[in-house]
This record gives sequence, structure tokens and C-alpha cells, in this order.
Amino acid sequence: MTEHVVIVGGGTGGTVLANDLADRLEPELDAGDVRVTLVNDDPDHVYKPVWLYVPFGQRELGDGRRALDDLVDDAIDLRIDRVSDIDTEARRLRFRGNSPPVGYDHLVLATGSTLEPDRIPGLAEAGHDYYSESGATDLRDELLAFTDGDLVLSVIGTPHMCPAAPLEFVFMADDWLRERGLREDVDITYTYPIQRVHGNPHIAEWARPLMEERDIRTETFFNAEAIDPEAETITSMEGTELEYDLLVAIPPHAGVDLIEEAGLGDDGWVDVDRRTLEAEAAENVYALGDTADTGVPNAGSVAHYQAGVVGQRLASEIRGRPATATYDGKTLCFIETGMDAASFVEFDYENPPSPAPPSEKLHWSKLAYNESYWLTARGLL
Amino acid sequence: MTDIEPDDTVDARGAACPGPLMDLIGRIRSAESGDVIRLLSDTDQSLTDVPEWAEEAGNELLAVEELDDHNAFYVEKA
Repeated sequence: MTEHVVIVGGGTGGTVLANDLADRLEPELDAGDVRVTLVNDDPDHVYKPVWLYVPFGQRELGDGRRALDDLVDDAIDLRIDRVSDIDTEARRLRFRGNSPPVGYDHLVLATGSTLEPDRIPGLAEAGHDYYSESGATDLRDELLAFTDGDLVLSVIGTPHMCPAAPLEFVFMADDWLRERGLREDVDITYTYPIQRVHGNPHIAEWARPLMEERDIRTETFFNAEAIDPEAETITSMEGTELEYDLLVAIPPHAGVDLIEEAGLGDDGWVDVDRRTLEAEAAENVYALGDTADTGVPNAGSVAHYQAGVVGQRLASEIRGRPATATYDGKTLCFIETGMDAASFVEFDYENPPSPAPPSEKLHWSKLAYNESYWLTARGLL
Repeated sequence: MTDIEPDDTVDARGAACPGPLMDLIGRIRSAESGDVIRLLSDTDQSLTDVPEWAEEAGNELLAVEELDDHNAFYVEKA
């Protein structure tokens, strides 16, 4: 009988895993003993880290899109469709429309994050972001027209994709405005929900003095409660009100509704064993990337490493061996500290990050990796 | 043992810092004024994070219960 592996979600985690399995299970796929289906609701794979550069005119949206069909190995069945229901008891998925349900033996959920700006009154109307394609291009237009006033970046939702990106944005905006001779006419304020400027205390400790040097103001313990688009103010649950002329916000995030409806976890995040990545509420279900509630950053590197772990575990299970591969929390991030300098961190569950001194070399390393990302998606790097 | 009856409980055991505080803030966001939220956390950092934030936000930390392998924080939304 053919064992069927279904991966839901064609972002970094799902795509890397599909190609990993095409390689790892080549004999079984060739013999027809295993079938792997990757389901995504968009024919394109989207590489979101490109969006940080769009507002500064350094990248275009097209730089972050490639057809999944070109990236995924031919041994994988690619299905462009949207899953509407997961039944983990019957091991069955339903799709929108009238197509017949599909059974699975092994399910991997890699459905990622969605944005929920409507949770904060006024945010959808007044806030700008670089966490979506339309947000990034709208913000580019706003920035180009912005010559003086208060630029406020508010981190509203956590967890959010790429925890370093809010710091990167204010460092880049500072540098970009200086280069254009506008910095003296612009005040930059960065807000964060807890008492530090970043969730990770080691990164916060490193970033804060840099922000002070660059005259980037900070407001901590700031959890946005409402935005008044007419008065151009943002108010926090803690009672602080800030005026803005340009508001850049990291909106609240959630996973897809399917997860909660299937009883796999709250807010669209799957409760998992943070080392095996197995769902706690159902058998034969894995989650990876943003979807897996492991407490590590929602970052592409995490999804990439987790895909390798899930690939090894699935191969072991399919071959009737005990699965021994585990995820150790490994995370890598480049952190831009301006338009031509960056830092770098590497950490895991046991070892905290120690940000590298910013350098031009690290900045070019980041850009070079972003270009070679397409090799990662193909499972080659 | 406290006899406070919470309106809702956030079980953040196993979550790394700052997960528990962020989970609490998220639940307080959707709570009504006067609601009591119980946060379960096994991170020591919560012993400083939660009181600091509760004071900053004007919410009242009614009690901290020390249990075997975690703490329970009772926070009333202002």
C-alpha cells in the first residue's frame, strides 16, 4: 500500500521539506511505496524577507516570488488548493469547493502566519507595514513622500514573523534618512510590548545602546490599544499616547483557523513537542515553522532546520525504524543595522545569542544569502 | 492556596521568556474590566516581569501562588 505524506503550506518550511523528502525517499517514491503531496493556495512561493527592502527602494516584490512548480521536485505532487478542514481522527483533509476529501498517513502543517490588523481599532486604516506585499509597496510610497515629523514604529503583535525585522527597520530608516539629509527633521520612536526593546534579553541588551547612539527613541511596556487616524495618535494599554506622522506597525499575527478548528492548538499555532515537532493533540501530525508553537522565533532559518528534522523523522517512520532526529532550537538571523552594515546571531535552546559586531561584510552576507535562498527552497543549500 | 476564582487561565508553562508575559498581555487585552486572569508560568523571569508590567499598566497583581514546579499569578484587569 502506498503511504501518503501530505504537507500543507508551501512557504519555506513546507517547500524545503517537500524537496528534502524527494531526495531522502527517492527509492520509495520511485517504487510507488510513498506519495508526497504539497498543498498550497498560491501557485507561487513567497520569500518574505525581501519585503524589508521594498520600502527603501532596494528590492521589488517580484524578487520574492517564484512559481512553486519551478522550485519543487517533480517527484512531489503539487496541489494548488486550499484545505478547508482537517480531521485527525479519520486522517482526512477536505478542500474548498466540491473536490473529494484526501486521506493521509502522515500530515505536516506548515501553514504559517497571517496578519490580523483589525484586532486593534484604527490600525488597518492608519498603520503601514512591511509584513505583506501591499503593505511594503504602500510604505515605500509613504516613505518617499515623508520629509519631516514623527516616524513611530510600534511592535504590536507578538509572536510575529522575523523578530529582528522591527529593529532592522528603524536602523535602516535612520541611515536612509541621514543619507538623504532628512534625519534632523525626523524623530524616530520604537515601541515594544515588554520592558526591553526585544523579546530576547541578549539581543535587547545589544540593541539598546545602538538605538541611543542613533537617536532612536524607545517606549517600552507599550502595548497598542487603539489608533486615532484623525488625531494621528497611538495609545497604549499602559496609558501612554504618542503622536505620529508616519506609523509603521507590526500587526497582530495568528495562524490559520483550520488549526484551532481541528483542536490542535490556540490562535492557529499547533501545540507540539518542541524537540520532536509532533503535535500533542493528534497522532501522525507534525508542525513546523511559524505554525509549530515551540517558543523559538518565527524565522525562515527555524523553518529550514525544522524541515530537515521532520524529513528525517518521516523517513524513519516510513521505513519502520524509530525516529531519533530532534530539533535543538537552532536559529540564525542576520540583523541589518543600517543600509550597509549588519550583525548576525546564532542560538538554540541551550545557548543564547551573542550578536556579532556590525560590519559591511555581514550586510553583504545577508544580501548574498537572500539571493541564494532559492537554493535553500530547492533543498540544495 | 488562594481562594481567588479566576475568570480565565493562561497556561504558559514551558514557554520561554517573554512568552508568559506576552500570553498574559494578550489575554488581558480581550478581558473585561474587573476580570481576573490566572497565569501559570515556570519561568523565574515572570516573578519580575509580571509585577512590573501589572504596575505599569495599572492592573492589580492580587496574588502569586508558589506551586511545586511553577507559579500562578492572579492579575485583575483595571
